[in-house]
Amino acid sequence: MNESLLPGFIIAIPILGATLPLALGLFRQQVGWAVAAVVLALETAIATVLAYFIYVDGQRVVHALGGENYGRREGAAGGYESESFAVGIELVADALSGAMILLIATVALLVLAFSRRSGPRGNAFYSGYLLLTGGLMGVAMTGDLFNLFVFLEIVGLATYAMVASGRHASAAVAALKYLIIGTAGASLYLVGVGYLYVQTGTLNMVDVSNSLAGNPEWIDGPLYGDPLTLGAFAFIAVGLATKAAIYPLHTWQPDAYAESPDSVTIYISALVSTLSAYALARITWNVFTPEFFAATANAEWMLNGLLVLAGLSVLVGSALAAMQRRVKRMFAYSSVAQFGLIVIAIGVAVHPEAGETATQFAVYGVVIHLLAHAIIKGGLFASAGAFRAGNHATTVSDYAGLAKRRPFLSAAVAVLGFGIIGVPPTVGFIGKWYIGVGAVQAGLWAVVFVIFASTLLTLVYIARILEKLYFDYQPEDAPPHAEASDAIATDGGNADETTQSGFLGTTPSLSVGMLAVVAIATLLSVVLGFMGSELTDAVQPIADAVIENSPEVGSND
Amino acid sequence: MIEILTSRYTYLLFAILLVIGLYMVVASSNLVKKVIGLNLFQTAIFLFFVTTAYVAESGGEQGMASIIPQDAQAYDPYASPLPHVIVLTAIVVGVALTAVALALIVRIYSEYGTLDESTLREVRADE
Repeated sequence: MNESLLPGFIIAIPILGATLPLALGLFRQQVGWAVAAVVLALETAIATVLAYFIYVDGQRVVHALGGENYGRREGAAGGYESESFAVGIELVADALSGAMILLIATVALLVLAFSRRSGPRGNAFYSGYLLLTGGLMGVAMTGDLFNLFVFLEIVGLATYAMVASGRHASAAVAALKYLIIGTAGASLYLVGVGYLYVQTGTLNMVDVSNSLAGNPEWIDGPLYGDPLTLGAFAFIAVGLATKAAIYPLHTWQPDAYAESPDSVTIYISALVSTLSAYALARITWNVFTPEFFAATANAEWMLNGLLVLAGLSVLVGSALAAMQRRVKRMFAYSSVAQFGLIVIAIGVAVHPEAGETATQFAVYGVVIHLLAHAIIKGGLFASAGAFRAGNHATTVSDYAGLAKRRPFLSAAVAVLGFGIIGVPPTVGFIGKWYIGVGAVQAGLWAVVFVIFASTLLTLVYIARILEKLYFDYQPEDAPPHAEASDAIATDGGNADETTQSGFLGTTPSLSVGMLAVVAIATLLSVVLGFMGSELTDAVQPIADAVIENSPEVGSND
Repeated sequence: MIEILTSRYTYLLFAILLVIGLYMVVASSNLVKKVIGLNLFQTAIFLFFVTTAYVAESGGEQGMASIIPQDAQAYDPYASPLPHVIVLTAIVVGVALTAVALALIVRIYSEYGTLDESTLREVRADE
């Protein structure tokens, strides 16, 4: 089989599959979950095969959409010989996107297990779910700047619909807020892409990068100092930072995470912002390359501006997280802080002050922390969902003394919580460690301070939960915390809390699927923590590409 | 300056529309007007793309729409078709977004009975 077809299949299958739950729903009720399970199992298989080609064979798998007339070809234009410019859209599976597709496929399958009992039910939901998965795969795979915009908007549209699938109307308010801010962000990104297109005449990431470096013979020298290029980076960085929820553009994120149904929260917290941060890393590293930031003082100034915002994001996000009453909002603000850390590392990797080792460590940090945050935060939201399903606990004070009743879930929260703080041997430690070491190597001491301050602040809010869980005495038969795992929320003591959580009426009970998701996330966070050297080996080609200012992430041999 | 204004006025229009659209999103307290502002904001970007494709004059020939007749010469000045295709795609995305936004607004209105942002905040604070 020809492996260059796989990047096409991995996007097309879930998008085509998204039509099935609605179409088959005409004949049978409740067919959505089964269809989604089959499609996502296939998706995981493709992602695994593709990852095998990327990481074991060390290939860079490229698929040119549209058949043999498209793709990279020689040609003459305006008296110049072009050196294999891309015609049409390329899909690229390399070491950076390989990590993302594995993550997307795994999380999509796990969240499906969670949503079996917790809902939302209905075939339309699973259509949206598959569409979202296809969009995320597209963001990871595409090698074309405008195509990235389209996939970002597919992801956005599906996410807004999924957030709004919460039963209470406050979910619709949260979704509208997300829609307005998210669309503005994506449009700003589109302005940046327009500027780059005017500057270079191409949209392919590799070709844009080469043209900015002044490689084609019809361009006189690098275009790095041009105001148009600088403006393009500013628009793209602001647009994608909005999508990744960086302070002060994070305001959509806590509402969206807190108001959406639990299974949706797990999915979008683990993947949606992650892929936006991935897009920012891809464009900063491979399209603009470190040379752009070293070329002019203006570019370095913009990069420092991004670092300042990301630093504020870490501090403000952690501080707000520590002040929250509701657990889901706390974890949501924690994501603002964690993405601040990731954007810091994206910036450190290309910073003119950073030497080769600093760049290398910062790149390790970004990729590993993206994976770590997705697994850990997904696991934490899954635990929060399980606590709500099993014990109707939504606020931090509801968690008082629950460790006795739910020892397993509480232990999982403890392990995942230590992961987000960055305690070894969890994978959270490895990511944070590399980000920290990268900043130290680059000599950016303000950044180093922010990273260590963030660890302390994270400790504050995780400790609050753990203290409630394990050390807060609660009378055994206090009504708001009554055992309700097998009952639908009918007793009066719970009415108050079900209203707060935004789900009137039936509350799902705790299922094996939910516990399995929490268990797998917890295990993964620890097992990956022992695989530091394997992870860095896999990430090495990306670090090499950034160090060499190469637009193509090559093979690892 | 005058020369830029007369020959590049569409770029100026792009900037003005972009800012007006963004201002509407931020300043208007009516949710529907926010969505209209968002549409204006996006339309400004479409205008920018169309403007970049335009070829005013090249080698004495006027720029033409990129509908290429059978007897076309190799280097006749045609407007670049690629930005037009991009704008078409972006318009489709914009329409889908508007539809989702309006659907959400309908749901918000049926639940809270208001489209005003500040009233909505008060209603929700009372709950």
